[in-house]
Amino acid sequence: MGAGHAHTLYRHGHSPVHALPPHCKLAAVFCFVLVVVSTPREAVWAFALYAVLLAAVTRVARIPAGVLLRRLLIEIPFVAFAFLMPFVVPGDQVHFLGLSLSVPGLWGAWNVLAKGTLGVAASVILASTTELRSLLLGLQRLRLPPMLVQIASFMIRYGDVITDEMRRMSVARRSRGFEARGVRHWGVLAKSAGALFIRSYERGERVHLAMVSRGYAGTMPVIDDVTASRAQWTYAAALPVSALAVCLLGWTL
Amino acid sequence: MHVPDGFIDLPVSAATGAVAAGAVAVSLRGARRELDERTAPLAGLVAAFIFAVQMLNFPVAAGTSGHLLGGALAAILVGPYTGVLCISVVLLMQGILFADGGLTALGVNITDMAVVTTVVAYALFRALVKILPRTRRSVTVSSFVAALVSVPAAALAFTFFYWIGGTTDIPIGKVLTGMVGVHVLIGIGEAAITALTVGAVIAVRPDLVYGARGLSAPLKLRVGGELVDAAPASGPGPVAARSTRKVWATGLVTALVLAGFVSFYASASPDGLEKVAADQGIDRKTEPHHTGDSPLADYGVKDVDDARISGGLAGVIGVAATVVVGSGVFWVVRRRRTETAAAGGNA
Amino acid sequence: MTEPPVPAVPASLEVSGLAYAYPDGHQALFGVDLTVGRGERVALLGPNGAGKTTLVLHLNGILTAGAGSVAVAGVPVAKRNLAEIRRRVGIVFQDPDDQLFMPTVREDVAFGPAASGLRGPELEARVTAALGQVGMAEYADRPPHHLSFGQRRRVAVATVLAMEPEILVLDEPSSNLDPASRRELADILRALDITVLMVTHDLPYALELCPRAVILSEGVIVADGPTGQLLGDEKLMGAHRLELPFGFDPRSVSPRHVAP
Repeated sequence: MGAGHAHTLYRHGHSPVHALPPHCKLAAVFCFVLVVVSTPREAVWAFALYAVLLAAVTRVARIPAGVLLRRLLIEIPFVAFAFLMPFVVPGDQVHFLGLSLSVPGLWGAWNVLAKGTLGVAASVILASTTELRSLLLGLQRLRLPPMLVQIASFMIRYGDVITDEMRRMSVARRSRGFEARGVRHWGVLAKSAGALFIRSYERGERVHLAMVSRGYAGTMPVIDDVTASRAQWTYAAALPVSALAVCLLGWTL
Repeated sequence: MHVPDGFIDLPVSAATGAVAAGAVAVSLRGARRELDERTAPLAGLVAAFIFAVQMLNFPVAAGTSGHLLGGALAAILVGPYTGVLCISVVLLMQGILFADGGLTALGVNITDMAVVTTVVAYALFRALVKILPRTRRSVTVSSFVAALVSVPAAALAFTFFYWIGGTTDIPIGKVLTGMVGVHVLIGIGEAAITALTVGAVIAVRPDLVYGARGLSAPLKLRVGGELVDAAPASGPGPVAARSTRKVWATGLVTALVLAGFVSFYASASPDGLEKVAADQGIDRKTEPHHTGDSPLADYGVKDVDDARISGGLAGVIGVAATVVVGSGVFWVVRRRRTETAAAGGNA
Repeated sequence: MTEPPVPAVPASLEVSGLAYAYPDGHQALFGVDLTVGRGERVALLGPNGAGKTTLVLHLNGILTAGAGSVAVAGVPVAKRNLAEIRRRVGIVFQDPDDQLFMPTVREDVAFGPAASGLRGPELEARVTAALGQVGMAEYADRPPHHLSFGQRRRVAVATVLAMEPEILVLDEPSSNLDPASRRELADILRALDITVLMVTHDLPYALELCPRAVILSEGVIVADGPTGQLLGDEKLMGAHRLELPFGFDPRSVSPRHVAP
């Protein structure tokens, strides 16, 4: 996690998925996740089908499976949580390898793991095929308040700058023989964090000056706009619509 | 604590989504009133700072390290409104870019980590700063306490959401002990780092610490060798304090009414909570290895207390949520009124 | 010292009797008088804390004069025509990272003209032209933080040129540049047919680019004349903490570089 890696999130390419307008993709991913979350957990086969759908999208987007799998690791803290469930949830117990596991707990763990993983995979595909810039345009297009989009866009623009400043401060600390080893050294690290805040805030003020100097008066001028044709919307809808079909089957069967 | 998809059911996700949207809307107005056209660059840079500082590792011992969550720090440094905005944007970007936190759980995550943390930390901080003597040390101490409480408060909020909308029936007492236990520990680290960082900022640029505005010593004049207080300039005090007092008062009244409702709700099912506690007690006796496996085992919070704590916590969270929603409603009403007034004036 | 050229058109910049104190009471300017004719390139020299930045922030109305007046191409800097003033005065700040705040180079260059209402193909043409002037046209779709420092400084100049300003104000344009980037920037600035006010500590750079120089010290203009002449006046330079780099003699520089 970190702005420093921000540009490695996106994998440049020219696949049909890359070419879709960002707001279509955002909407599609959100609807897909919504459908997945509302699927009954007992319909195990439905989740398998969702995974197949995502695999197909990954294929079309030409994202290597290894990349996708590596990015799934972000989930780990909650996987740990899920593994605890069979032990802490009360209910009927089953015995497996000498462990006593609760059946509702196992279902709960499965539910969280399956839905969480599918959600993460969908987001990873989105981030891998959409440039940061177009994601912001997409959010704007989806009527996120313009001020939030502006804040997010400044955050992304200056994430690298500030991370770099932090890194330089760390290099400066270490070249003077300081190595943070324990709680005793928190004071020094916190001083750096404080200095970083001051620098960030002052930079914010300077950026504001630069903006005002070029005629900024509270709203960003519209420079780029993204539009989507009906065909593109239809294409993007393929994923959530097929997922919805699976979901409905899951409820009826 | 980034909640993934499928952890909290849809109705609660949607409800928290609405709460989050309301809180963000209120914060947008609040931040714009304080920073006007500087909102975007300043909040953006502070968000980038929070983002960066979350990567700063604080070594604890023997190769383990922790990092800052930043809610309390943001609230104290830039105020509750801008703080909520910054953390919300960080969470939004983490969800979309890094898949850290589910898209459908965005409402839960924002309410929990951006709103509860920031509001609790700021309220506590302001209260302490008012009570304690007007020194820099008080500011540091208040930051420590505010951050210390804000993290378990977020854990409580999460427990509450899990209680009403969790997809798996884990006994709520266990969730509570687990979440709060772990987060009290995390809170201690957060508190230390936050207090040290606020201390570092206040030593260099005290004017940048939003929460400590109005604490600067009055100007002195040297008159005939004696120091006398200069007439206080009518400087801009905390802007929000004056203009939003009404809002918060209304919100608080609504909150108290609702708190009564929530505690009624909570007391309507105390047997459920006590049963959970009993279950757990039995669990612990008959199958010791289960609790041994869980991270909850090491935190000796008595199960019977859980019922009370969760009852109280429901109230607290109820109040917090209502203050936010209440002020949102009040804003809308007030805005409409001023708009009609303006329209009437034009006509 | 030298008479400002008597212009048929109003001077690009006219500052008279400008005084300013910060809200905290610290007074930075004590009556500045400065006239820059159209098409002139003037270096504004002065030690740290002389009030150079304060003066620059008055030129586009970010700070408002406590006393005295500023006019750009005959238009007084005042609340009612701030938008116009900010379009006419292009300030290039010292740190290009502060100036380049948009996600891509193209959007950043488009920001100023778009804020003044330009849209569509006209906007596109303006952006292309401005990037062309600084030789950065092929970097239009890059994010600014992927450029080298010198490239970022050039894009920063382009963001201002895109607004077709009356006067270009550069704050320390040569700071942190390697010699090649420094020369490239000088070539770009020399090729511009525009009024330039350059705030700098880099005396050789001032001599190379600006025929005329003024020295701001303790909040007033203390000297105004041909750059070579000012830099050659050791007593004047010494009195205002201005030092030439080791081995640099302004009299030895061939007049070819000091072309008007």
